[in-house]
Amino acid sequence: MFKEVSEMSDNKSTENKGTVVKDNEEKRVGVFVCECGVNIGGVVNTRAVADYIGTLPGVKVTSVNKFTCSDSGQADIQAKIKEHNLNRVVVAACSPKTHEPTFRACIEQMGLNQYFLEFVNIRDHCSWIHMWEKEKATEKAKDLIRMGVERSKLLEPLQASEVPVTDKALVIGAGVAGMQSALDLADMGFQVYLVEKEPSIGGRMARFDKVFPTNDCSICILGPKMVEVARNKNIKIMSYSEVKAVEGYVGNFNVKVEHKPRYLDVAKCTGCAKCSEVCPVEVPYDFNEGLGTRKAIFVPFPQAVPLRALIDKENCINCKACAKACASGAINYDMQTSYTDLNVGVIIGAVGFKTYDPEPRHDYGYGLYDNIITAMEFERLLNAAGPTGGHVVRPSDCKEPIRVGFVNCVGSRDKNTNIYCSGVCCMVTIKNAQLLKEKRPETDQTIMYIDIRTPFRAYEESYNRSRNLGVKFLRGRPVEVKEDPVTKNIKVRVEDTLAGEIRNLEFDLLVLATGIVPNEGIGKIQQLLKLSKAADGMLMEAHPKLKPVDTTIDGVFLAGCASGPKDIPYAVSQGSACAGRATILLKNKKAITEGITAVVNPDVCVGCEVCIPMCPFQAIKFDEKENKANVVKALCKGCGTCVAACPTGALEQSHFKNNQLLAQIKNVFRFQEVAA
Amino acid sequence: MSAESAAAPAAAKTDGWEPKIVAFCCNWCSYGGADSAGMGRFQQPASTRIIRVMCSGRIDPLHVFNAFLEGADAVLVTGCHIGDCHYVNGNDKTKIKYKYLENVVHELGIEKERLQLNWISASEGEKFANFIRDVTAQIKKLGPSPLKPEGVA
Repeated sequence: MFKEVSEMSDNKSTENKGTVVKDNEEKRVGVFVCECGVNIGGVVNTRAVADYIGTLPGVKVTSVNKFTCSDSGQADIQAKIKEHNLNRVVVAACSPKTHEPTFRACIEQMGLNQYFLEFVNIRDHCSWIHMWEKEKATEKAKDLIRMGVERSKLLEPLQASEVPVTDKALVIGAGVAGMQSALDLADMGFQVYLVEKEPSIGGRMARFDKVFPTNDCSICILGPKMVEVARNKNIKIMSYSEVKAVEGYVGNFNVKVEHKPRYLDVAKCTGCAKCSEVCPVEVPYDFNEGLGTRKAIFVPFPQAVPLRALIDKENCINCKACAKACASGAINYDMQTSYTDLNVGVIIGAVGFKTYDPEPRHDYGYGLYDNIITAMEFERLLNAAGPTGGHVVRPSDCKEPIRVGFVNCVGSRDKNTNIYCSGVCCMVTIKNAQLLKEKRPETDQTIMYIDIRTPFRAYEESYNRSRNLGVKFLRGRPVEVKEDPVTKNIKVRVEDTLAGEIRNLEFDLLVLATGIVPNEGIGKIQQLLKLSKAADGMLMEAHPKLKPVDTTIDGVFLAGCASGPKDIPYAVSQGSACAGRATILLKNKKAITEGITAVVNPDVCVGCEVCIPMCPFQAIKFDEKENKANVVKALCKGCGTCVAACPTGALEQSHFKNNQLLAQIKNVFRFQEVAA
Repeated sequence: MSAESAAAPAAAKTDGWEPKIVAFCCNWCSYGGADSAGMGRFQQPASTRIIRVMCSGRIDPLHVFNAFLEGADAVLVTGCHIGDCHYVNGNDKTKIKYKYLENVVHELGIEKERLQLNWISASEGEKFANFIRDVTAQIKKLGPSPLKPEGVA
């Protein structure tokens, strides 16, 4: 049997690998029960399970392994396939979502079709959730494996198919993570489309004043990277643009990108900002977190890439002063939204984050009292290019504050908002307090925290430095925040939980360290790319430990805060990681897709066409001549919805055929031995 | 038959009777939700046997009826939240199908607790566990299904 296969695979490389179609041959099942250390073995009596399973018809051998996925565990499977001439393999272990590919490859090596593997989950669905009911868990494991054994006997060989991969990439979001992905892919020679919804690339990092723990100027290290992206011939920046539609599959995504009108010709605009000088409209400047103002025609910020102006049509009063001021005649008030269609092989989602907005809930009085600001606002006040030219002043009277309080974990680690830790806010607060102390040593800072978290290189040192500079740390969350109506000072009542006493403090300015929350439009991206959302509202990776930048969708990767709070080095690493993962597909120019599709039995199909509207991928075509439905395998994603709709049973979903599912259903149950 | 069904609920009151519940889970969301429940060690009664399908849209009324006829005390149809379907809108079709299925099952005289629909995402492990706990408690009160063949557990 093995010889037969190796000959075949020599002839037709991957196409026929591991195919042995002998349907009426005797089913010889091998069952491999994994103990997963004590994860399964500590709850389920694996020996008893294996003994019971061994009595089922068709089961030729059972085996219990400490770790079936280990080298020795896989070697055991392979040895038993050979020894007992097995043609079906049942692995009872963890989740097929993580380990099915491992064992499919393992049996394929022995010449078995990879779809002859049946994977039974007795860890996540059994031992882990019945930790204190060992007997019941053991009985359940027997049931689950019996279901798997009976299903395995009905499994049919399938072919995974190969699809070509377009060697171009789409990166959504041009923050520091997305830019890194784009640069790495471009440097490896691939064409990259970098789509950014804002008028400039750079993302959130462009708004920071300094970055911890080195206290480097943020834009000074980011600016050159932005320029590098713009200069790279393989990167096409699509700023002020959004992805509107994504169709297709790994290797062949068709993407529609919408370009919002800037109302000026980007090719003609020089970014001189003469237009802004004459524009009479002033609105709050979003780049400065709403502090200070900008004009209705404006360049996003001095280091913007592309350094081009745009008109904010919502606030424009159509005075046309800018058109007169523009020496290059770039202004075009009639510009329309335009679209570009792209064909790419991979998509990297680096859709970023926003900071928690304390305004609607008035956390700690934010939005009620003037002298309470967020850390991002504080960041802009510190910035030399910010609204105050780098002078930290308080909003009520524009005076420089002396006593400044910082509150950590606003919108993080709080059951009322978000339970997760945003991870970066401690360091942001520490950095901000340091910067103010260095600028104005006479100031007095108090940081009110739950725990200080400084886990990475040089972070703890930065924390120590703040202490040495005289920044005070007070462990406790403010319980009451009030404004003095006369002085506009902020009065805080807080329990110092280390000293065990209530403290009443007065500050000139209170800064809230707001956490990281999912970016706007993350839901839209989730639906476009068909991804899952995690409990924190951010997108979910394929595996939290081993596939941190992959997703469950082949060819789609995630970088940066799209998949949870991260600091800058982490986001940059993920950007590079995505580029690396994507290159595997782009370089090989091919991807393997699942062999699971719908199949029509033309002898049974009556041509009723019920199935056709069921398919969201237009994979079922109607053959007028034959009066039969036809499944286009390349388009079929294998969901099986059409199969459930077929009134005659002409449609079947391979690997999830009715008889296979019914075998599982039937074997949930067994006849009870009647007690005498 | 009548004597049996009268006897069945009485048996249910004896401690230790564990209902048998068949749960159909879609590969992308609710099956992942069950995995997440495991990862989070959210303890559940050992009542449920999960059958994986790629999409909840694949779940055929045939499967549900068969489960009842084989002896299921309850059948759960689960999938991705509406709008989150891996296959665009398979769960929308599940929802429509489920309405009809529900009617037929009720007409057969099966209590409404015995057939339930729920949308559970891959990250909602706790929700999955709570769902199983709730359904199991409801079914324990009802006792074995009237369709359960004799001698089947």
